[in-house]
Amino acid sequence: MENLEQLVQDGLTAVEKADSLQALDQIRVEYLGKKGAITQQAKTLGKLSAEERPAAGQKINEAKGQVEQAINAKRSNLERVAIEQKLAGESIDVSLPGRGQDLGGLHPVTRTLQRIEEFFSRAGYTVEQGPEIEDDYHNFEALNIPGHHPARAMHDTFYFNPGTLLRTHTSPVQIRTMEAGKPPFRMICPGRVYRCDSDMTHTPMFHQVEGLLVEKNVSFADLKSTVEEFLRVFFERDLQVRFRPSYFPFTEPSAEVDIEWGREADGSIKWLEIMGCGMVHPKVFGYCGIDAEEYRGFAFGMGVERLAMLRYGVNDLRMFFENDLRFLRQFR
Amino acid sequence: MKFSEQWLREWVNPEINSQQLMDQITMAGLEVDGFEPVAGKFDGVVVGEVQSVEPHPDADKLRVCQVNDGTQVVQVVCGAPNVRQGLKVPFAVVGAVLPGDFKIRKAKLRGQPSEGMLCSESELGLSESHEGLMELPSDAPVGASLSDYLKLNDVAIDVDLTPNRSDCLSIKGIAREVGVLNSLVPEAPQIEPVEAVHSEVPDIRVDAPEGCPRYLGRILRNVNLQAETPLWMQEKLRRSGVRSIDAAVDVTNFVMLEQGQPMHAFDRDEISKGIVVRMARPAEKLVLLDGQEVELTEQTLVIADHEKPIAIAGVMGGEHSGVSAKTRDLVLEAAYFDPITLAGKARHYGLHTDASHRFERGVDYELARDTMERATQLLMEIVGGEPGEIVEVSSAKHLPKAHSIDLRSKRLADVLGLEIDRTTVEEILTRLGLRVEKLLKDGWRILVPSFRPDISIEEDLIEEVGRIYGYNNLPVTEPTGSLGLRVNDEATRPVSAIQSYFVSHGYQEAITYSFVDPKVQAQVDPEHEGIALANPISSDLSVMRTTLWSGLLKTVAHNQNRQQPRIRLFETGLRFLQDGQRIDQQPMLAGVVVGPQYPENWVNGRRTTDFFDVKGELEGLFSLLGIEIGFVGSRHPALHPGQTAELLRDGEHVGWLGTLHPQVQKNLELNGTILMFELSLNSIITGYVPNFKEISKFPEVRRDLAIIIGGDVSFADVERVARKHAGERLTALRAFDVYEGESLGEGNRSLALSLFWQHPERTLNEDEVHSLFNGVIDALKEELGATLRS
Repeated sequence: MENLEQLVQDGLTAVEKADSLQALDQIRVEYLGKKGAITQQAKTLGKLSAEERPAAGQKINEAKGQVEQAINAKRSNLERVAIEQKLAGESIDVSLPGRGQDLGGLHPVTRTLQRIEEFFSRAGYTVEQGPEIEDDYHNFEALNIPGHHPARAMHDTFYFNPGTLLRTHTSPVQIRTMEAGKPPFRMICPGRVYRCDSDMTHTPMFHQVEGLLVEKNVSFADLKSTVEEFLRVFFERDLQVRFRPSYFPFTEPSAEVDIEWGREADGSIKWLEIMGCGMVHPKVFGYCGIDAEEYRGFAFGMGVERLAMLRYGVNDLRMFFENDLRFLRQFR
Repeated sequence: MKFSEQWLREWVNPEINSQQLMDQITMAGLEVDGFEPVAGKFDGVVVGEVQSVEPHPDADKLRVCQVNDGTQVVQVVCGAPNVRQGLKVPFAVVGAVLPGDFKIRKAKLRGQPSEGMLCSESELGLSESHEGLMELPSDAPVGASLSDYLKLNDVAIDVDLTPNRSDCLSIKGIAREVGVLNSLVPEAPQIEPVEAVHSEVPDIRVDAPEGCPRYLGRILRNVNLQAETPLWMQEKLRRSGVRSIDAAVDVTNFVMLEQGQPMHAFDRDEISKGIVVRMARPAEKLVLLDGQEVELTEQTLVIADHEKPIAIAGVMGGEHSGVSAKTRDLVLEAAYFDPITLAGKARHYGLHTDASHRFERGVDYELARDTMERATQLLMEIVGGEPGEIVEVSSAKHLPKAHSIDLRSKRLADVLGLEIDRTTVEEILTRLGLRVEKLLKDGWRILVPSFRPDISIEEDLIEEVGRIYGYNNLPVTEPTGSLGLRVNDEATRPVSAIQSYFVSHGYQEAITYSFVDPKVQAQVDPEHEGIALANPISSDLSVMRTTLWSGLLKTVAHNQNRQQPRIRLFETGLRFLQDGQRIDQQPMLAGVVVGPQYPENWVNGRRTTDFFDVKGELEGLFSLLGIEIGFVGSRHPALHPGQTAELLRDGEHVGWLGTLHPQVQKNLELNGTILMFELSLNSIITGYVPNFKEISKFPEVRRDLAIIIGGDVSFADVERVARKHAGERLTALRAFDVYEGESLGEGNRSLALSLFWQHPERTLNEDEVHSLFNGVIDALKEELGATLRS
């Protein structure tokens, strides 16, 4: 049995020295395989007496176990090293840019419109669309701007023929919406509008958003809150807002809205005109078949490019329609 | 309306500074557009008197003058043509500083010492005029500070009036507003009727009383138009932006600025017999005061004599009948012209005058007589003359009627969102000149004065109260109406979802003009004629787009000219097609792609985007929208004849995808292979609402086949035939290889397909699948001449 101890010693040494999984497997076969050296020891048990046999058998089993355990430990060790080696060869430069597409972007006007639409949608307003080639009736007449009205001179209108024109504002959509439905109304109408004017600060096409709320009991005070809240949400600032009496043929009373935009040299607030608004003129209700004694309404309108310029610091209106990629990519 | 603050303060003088005054009127709805000092900034300028003028010994154009500055007499060399002995002029003494920080020092001009400078108006920042020295009246006090003498501590305020506020186109009107805002009563100059000293009166006939409901005339005989307009009046005119012409014109302009009533003065000797107010006759001509000859239209109201027109009513007088230095007798006109008759007339003749501006907006119809008296009074002070009686021709039927409006206190509170106490309301209205005619149980009956033609309904009164009370003093409340429930149409995707899809596929959104260059459009859409604008801004923006490609391709050119190799753009918007009498305004979605499929990259190479890249992107969009779109080979004049697909949904045309025709590309000076698509948004935006189907627990069976087909057979043909014969359990059909090569024979292609079957309730057996698969193969052979590839 000295032989057995020697075998175990030799086995353990061999395991210790094994440098690959194949070598280890070879050792396993040599010592623990069917014809392995330690396995062979079991054959000697026959020569022993029945009393000695169990003890000797147990010793052989222990010897097997000892070598097997060593082999297993060595195997997992060798496997771990092998994986580590494999992984080491698989390193990549993670700082290289990813492959594939880059993102495009929305036009800054669309981006601005979406912010406006989101605000008003949450407040229960629908988003309405209307034709851009309009008739005189919807663009002017039904908005209380008859043919001789001096306000027509304020709209440099593109005409196709005397009765057909490019809408000069989104207000005709108010009329179309009221004609088509029954009050109450809460709607906004974003879209392209056109004026026959082109210079540093005017483009012949630009965008407006018009809003209209018609209910039984609505006042100028409600208009004020709607406009103020919108401007504060849009600019994400608690800015000061003021309402200045003005004139639009389709609202009465009418107001221009100014927002606080920096300070003058003397420290006073610098006011910036940002939008127009007012209570729907009873004549406009009349044109749309709505009883002005039963319903009241307010309307407001704003220039989208102007809001976008202020929000994003764009300093040249004309860039919006050049569609230079170096400009557009700044808004994605 | 531009006016002098000092002039306003002669009428009403609140204890607030200029800035506060301007803020106040801005917040009352008279928006101050700007203001400027009435003179440049200078110091050390006094009233000087030229005592003698001698020629300069060494310079022809210079004179050597002795000038009294009030304390001493100094020598000044001067080159102005109008310098003369006895002249009183602004004199900048040595040490004075003129606008532009120009310091006056002792100097020698061509050897002659000069101590100080005689000044022109432009040198003092008073006007642009360079016509020699500014001449001061002979009674100007020598040595007095010029600023004090001319009261130059004043600003000219420019108010941008809304078209409804014609009542504020005068000092009188603005003073009324300022009075209301400060609870002051403006002081107006006294106007007394002038007594006639002779019995000559103009013969006036009004043939067009609708256009001219009131016309007043008066003869002022024996005037001296050599007389100078007094300095105070000249200054008031100058500060209001009106040039001084002669005393007669200056006085009519002055009373217009002061009262708001435009007037005109004719030379009586140039009027043949009498005055007739009538519509112009066809082809009548008139030379206007500005020298231009116009041919009048029959819609034009004119002032005529018995032979010819002598003025366009309310717009401009004629040259012939205008006053000159020689004029002896004046005929003065003050009239009320109907705004609707005058609307647009000035513009028709390319004119815009102070008179037309006021008449078109509506002048106080009761103002003519007072203004006539005021003008007569002022003229007599300046040019002398003998006044006659005023002749008035008016038509009560055509004059606006005084009217009253009921203002209900409840309505006032409902609209403004605030109850304002009765006394405040009454005080606001009364100060505005709106008389409370009668107290009603629930409000007031208000008499609208003749100077407020803009007030016609209750809301107008509500605005007046709200405006003077202050919009910013009104409360802020949330609208309380119920929001109601709105239908949410799930099958229809918002355009924003489409926009996001393209953005995430590398497309940049563009917004191009709706009007385009007809030359470009003829290239990309020769089959449609764009609707032309009558008054385009330029020829390259003169027709409405019939396709969004017109603008997008221009944008490609713009960016290619700026070294952008990779361009992917999309746009949504209307296109405009003439459809008989109708105009079809159709929302479209379009895109253009040119350049590498991927941004230049270390791994993907620089493969150019091709048809199938863009088609794949569109297919992705269609699955997002939940719609099925067929791509059918077709022809489009702007697209490559072999690379054009018409897009169909349920057999209906929805749009195009293709490669820009190389010839069109060349004509438009564009580079690279340009892929383009355009779809009708309304045709693709509505898909379906998902409807759950049980997931089959049974295995899916796949069979592959490879066939050779002729050049005239498309994948779509193969798919159609295969699906027809594959039975209802076919779940998918995919092409996984397409090959073209000489070995297959001229024009032939090899196509590899896989077909998938699955049954929801059982496992398909081998025989069923086999028979379906063979059926497909037989049909492809029979119907399309396909051969099975071995």
